[in-house]
Amino acid sequence: MEQKNTVLIDGLEVELNGEKNILELTRKIGIDIPTFCYHSELSLYGACRMCVVEVEGRGIMASCSTPPVPGMKILTNSPRVQRVRRTVLELLLANHDRECTTCDRNGSCKLQDLSNRFGVKKIRFGERDVKLPLDESSYSLVRDPNKCILCGDCVRMCAEVQGIGVLDFAGRGSETVVVPAFKKGLAEVECVNCGQCAAVCPTAAIVVKDETDRAWAALNDPTKTVVVQVAPAVRVALGEEFGLPPGEIVTGKVVAALKRLGFDKVFDTSIAADLTVIEETHEFIKRLQKGERLPQFTSCCPGWVKFAEHNAADFLKNLSSCRSPQQMFGSLVKKYWAKDLGKKPEEIFVVSIMPCTAKKFEAALPHMTTDGAPDVDLVLTTQELARMIREAGLVFDQLDVESFDTPFGFTTGAGVIFGATGGVAEAVLRAAHEFVTGRPVEQINFEAVRGFDGRKEATVEIDGQEIKVAVVHGLANAKKLLEEIREGKADYQIIEVMACPGGCVGGAGQPISTGWETKKQRAKGLYNADKLSQIRKAQDNPMVAKFYERWLKEPNSAAAHEALHTTYSNRERISGEEIKLIAGDQPKVEIAVCVGTCCYLNGSYDTLQKLMALTADEQVQDRINLHATFCLEQCEQGPVIKVDDEIINGVTPETVEAFFKDKILKKLNAAGE
Amino acid sequence: MNKQTPNQLAQWKEEWRQGFAREKARILICAGTGCVANGSLEVYKAIKQEVEARGAFVTIDVLLEKEEETGVAVVKSGCHGFCEMGPLVRLEPSGVLYTKVKAEDAAEIVEALLRDGKPVERLLYRHPVTGEVYAEEEEIPFYRHQQRTALVHCGHIDPEEIREYIADGGYEGLYKAITEMTPEQVCQEIIASGLRGRGGGGFPTGRKWELTRIEESDQKYVVCNGDEGDPGAFMDRSLLEGDPHRILEGMAIAGYAIGADEGYIYVRAEYPLAVQRLKKAVADAEEYGLLGKNILGTGFNFTVKIKEGAGAFVCGEETALLASIEGKRGMPSPKPPFPAQSGLWGKPTLINNVETFANVPQIIVQGADWFNRIGTKNNAGTKTFALTGQVANTGLIEVPLGTTLRQVVFEIGGGIRGGKKFKAVQIGGPSGGCLTEEHLDLPLDFDSLQAAGAMIGSGGLVVMDESTCLVEVARFFMNFTQNESCGKCVPCREGTKRMLEILQRAVDGEGRPEDVEVLQDLAEAVRDGSLCGLGKTAPNPVLTMLKYFKDEYIAHVVDKKCPAGVCSALKGYWIDPELCKGCSKCARNCPVNAISGEIKKPFTIDETVCIRCGACVSTCPFKAIKEG
Repeated sequence: MEQKNTVLIDGLEVELNGEKNILELTRKIGIDIPTFCYHSELSLYGACRMCVVEVEGRGIMASCSTPPVPGMKILTNSPRVQRVRRTVLELLLANHDRECTTCDRNGSCKLQDLSNRFGVKKIRFGERDVKLPLDESSYSLVRDPNKCILCGDCVRMCAEVQGIGVLDFAGRGSETVVVPAFKKGLAEVECVNCGQCAAVCPTAAIVVKDETDRAWAALNDPTKTVVVQVAPAVRVALGEEFGLPPGEIVTGKVVAALKRLGFDKVFDTSIAADLTVIEETHEFIKRLQKGERLPQFTSCCPGWVKFAEHNAADFLKNLSSCRSPQQMFGSLVKKYWAKDLGKKPEEIFVVSIMPCTAKKFEAALPHMTTDGAPDVDLVLTTQELARMIREAGLVFDQLDVESFDTPFGFTTGAGVIFGATGGVAEAVLRAAHEFVTGRPVEQINFEAVRGFDGRKEATVEIDGQEIKVAVVHGLANAKKLLEEIREGKADYQIIEVMACPGGCVGGAGQPISTGWETKKQRAKGLYNADKLSQIRKAQDNPMVAKFYERWLKEPNSAAAHEALHTTYSNRERISGEEIKLIAGDQPKVEIAVCVGTCCYLNGSYDTLQKLMALTADEQVQDRINLHATFCLEQCEQGPVIKVDDEIINGVTPETVEAFFKDKILKKLNAAGE
Repeated sequence: MNKQTPNQLAQWKEEWRQGFAREKARILICAGTGCVANGSLEVYKAIKQEVEARGAFVTIDVLLEKEEETGVAVVKSGCHGFCEMGPLVRLEPSGVLYTKVKAEDAAEIVEALLRDGKPVERLLYRHPVTGEVYAEEEEIPFYRHQQRTALVHCGHIDPEEIREYIADGGYEGLYKAITEMTPEQVCQEIIASGLRGRGGGGFPTGRKWELTRIEESDQKYVVCNGDEGDPGAFMDRSLLEGDPHRILEGMAIAGYAIGADEGYIYVRAEYPLAVQRLKKAVADAEEYGLLGKNILGTGFNFTVKIKEGAGAFVCGEETALLASIEGKRGMPSPKPPFPAQSGLWGKPTLINNVETFANVPQIIVQGADWFNRIGTKNNAGTKTFALTGQVANTGLIEVPLGTTLRQVVFEIGGGIRGGKKFKAVQIGGPSGGCLTEEHLDLPLDFDSLQAAGAMIGSGGLVVMDESTCLVEVARFFMNFTQNESCGKCVPCREGTKRMLEILQRAVDGEGRPEDVEVLQDLAEAVRDGSLCGLGKTAPNPVLTMLKYFKDEYIAHVVDKKCPAGVCSALKGYWIDPELCKGCSKCARNCPVNAISGEIKKPFTIDETVCIRCGACVSTCPFKAIKEG
């Protein structure tokens, strides 16, 4: 007799339709099996053991990793299953810093939620016995290992979706922790501050750094004019914090709330996005005409920019030199608008409301300043704004709508769709054709670059030339694309990269949500706003035209460059890792010996030892500084030694004595004379 | 050297066999890790010098040039398993075994051998209980009751000399498999033999091979699991050190059977000698065309790489081991998918334990029936055990599956040391459980042990006498698994921590009555809920302790007593009323006046006052004061 293609779940016959695992199947029939570590977009991990079910003949199995086999008899809530789940929760709680009342995630914590749901009322085991220090090094994020349940969601998010892998497990047994390499702080490693780890964390082990206190302080400081800019993606997500559906456009209420909170002026980042479109499109056309530095990468996303600085130094020249809209806005306010008001840059306090955690890092960059004052003083995420609104007691959904202030309040549809993946590329395409040909473009919508595929592409013809556009979101997709370009397998002229899956609507500063559906609704909200805009192209924004007329002359002018563009730096090597071996009283020569892997294998450690012996023999220790350093980027020709600013290759233990006499002693003698 | 015709192997075998047969005698000095640590390399040097000084020293290269019997070979062998008697020296052909040999004994040994072959009596093994002296290795009770098939070469050949292995029929199994059998037939032969995984799980080896064979893939791998991490276990190490070619041959046969041309041996970096011998064995086998491309001219390719593990117990779990080979953190992943479907780098992978591979060549040469006749039904063949603890003879043993615990402990092990009473054995290390006196006649096989709540594991067998506290033993193993938990799944990471906490409380005298129930409940939940074998079996020592020695645990947490008198926090003194004559001597000698009573009636000790100094014990003329 042929086996029926069904399984029995809690006595109910259920047909199989190619479900990958039992968990998927049970969810289809309306049984919500709890999980901590199962995420459809991440690899299978199978560690939290919350999703266990009892399979007849096979015992307790994790439903996330077990494919249903016809004829299986599955119990989803048997006493044995219940015991495992409750024990898991009890064990997690026992080891958890249970200061729920003061916790950032109180109310949005999965551990709290499931513990309630499974009726864990008593903990039979001891309290957490260690208190590990918080990692507050990052501008954007705070890690609290005492709240970590080691589900590994952040680890896989960072490695698999973002292609970075800043976090991983270290230690064994109950000493296991999730940390960056060598237990460094997040600020010291190649973290790009995208915050997707925090977005996926079920507890408060990684949270967005809360800076609302600084906002309140500025608002209460009578010497400051406090202005605020609101990014496009915020207006389709903030409502979620107050019970409104995702994607509902609450722009007018956001403006009203900000005004009620006491901000002097409420502006829209979208207008700066329009400026970005104009600057970036002109830059692109110039490169296209000269055929250089292509493909051009967008640079609005600070997560992507930092990623490129760490991982794609070879492409930094390809990044558009445009600052992000947030920084263009801050720069204009501090450089020009302040003057209009007769104020100094430091008298104006610029706050940004962003869907993004990396913006906090971007605003703190030392070169994003005007006369020493930061262009953007404070970045708050959507979550933080919601907290302020709640603290002020504003009943959000009852607020009467208000509109943005001038001059940074007039926006176009192009600036608004910046908040969704593909939005920047579409806005640029709307402009490029017109700038090249001088004729208004007929096509406004570029559907090919919309949507949530990991990589989207389109070919557009501009004045007889085919332009290939690629749009990627999620940095692992960007990494793959970079690899293909390097290998000559991919050929595009312009590439939009957004670090977060879905673009800014999926930013880690947005209200906590999991899954794609919320992000899709938010993106839909933005495209609706675009559709409803009277003006849909950046180049048609009359206020932007005024900025050029009054302040910036023309696109890519010297003034525009000064205010709206930036530079990038190579971050491929972690700096500040030198080991001081000899520190002379009156150093005349700086010597650094590379002890990185390649040089080490070529004998640099022995070279170093001999060098130290030589300096002792010649009694010159007080006249030199000697360091061991990591990588001078000449890996093929090690051991490498840097003497002052000169790099010398191939100093082997055999040749080090000649090198010492020839290079060091001569220098010291010269310095002595 | 890889262009030989297949019958090259037979030619080699014949030539070298004859060569070795020309040795008049041979002296094998054990160069296993244990004996080396005891100075066997000095013994080797000294004996070699003595033989050379007498002009009798020969090597195989010399012998191959000769035609008649001549000279004495002096070679280093692998482990005999009787490590506590080391350094060991074996004489052939007489089979004499010298124990605890020192370099100073060299002249006497060589002198006696060359004179009349009469052994040096003072170096022979003397039974610690009966006092009987044994000359021949095989006659010693420790060996007499063993059946060494996997370990047949260990201690008997020079593991670094491939010609010895070949002369004794080495690589014939591989030759037979490639030239006379189809891959399917090889798998069927292994299935028919009834061989089950020797790493502890006992999964039928042939089925694993067949499952991997039927997978379609451009690349498959054979992996040998030599990550032996149980405290006190050294079966794999001895095999790898003592007979490395046998493992390579077993792997190559597996490669042929499943369609893999690449193999990995995952071996602990803490086994430097095993690593060194394996490296030499691989290089030698490649030189003779027995590994590498076009093996024996048959067109079959198989290369072996050696991967040194960094010493994590969990890497003995197959998915963690594979992750480690891939350069990732050694953490297990959920099964399915099984390695047979998606293993090393996502390719179908056959992973077997060292001892499993060691059994393969002989099964192919002698046939499944031969193997099936050893052991019992469903449990064919032999199993090696590391016998340790409070038995008279400790060491590495090999017995047919189904041998009883009694035979192992009392015949091979020579009974309990110091005339004490047998209490329990811990079998299978931290993943196994304890068995009691009532299990002494239990056959040692996969199924019987599992039914009793223990498991063979990789074969650690710790014998405990009455002076052992089982609660402390459970705590010891729980401490081990907690430290070695990879930290991935919640039940294992957190559950072992809390079980350890509860057990620690018990031995510290701070146990709570409700702990009995909590511990049982938690142990069962950890067993049910853990991701991998490490976590699922981690509660076994606790569960068996609670099953067979619950009274002892209750004594700790309720009565605050350690019946075995081990847990110092629970040590106390009491006066046996049957022995006490009421002389009051103890009371007079007690520095804190904790003892009181009426003359000529039994006295008592007030535990709340007693400072556990033990002064009373030595003063009592009737030995009436007891510890515990």
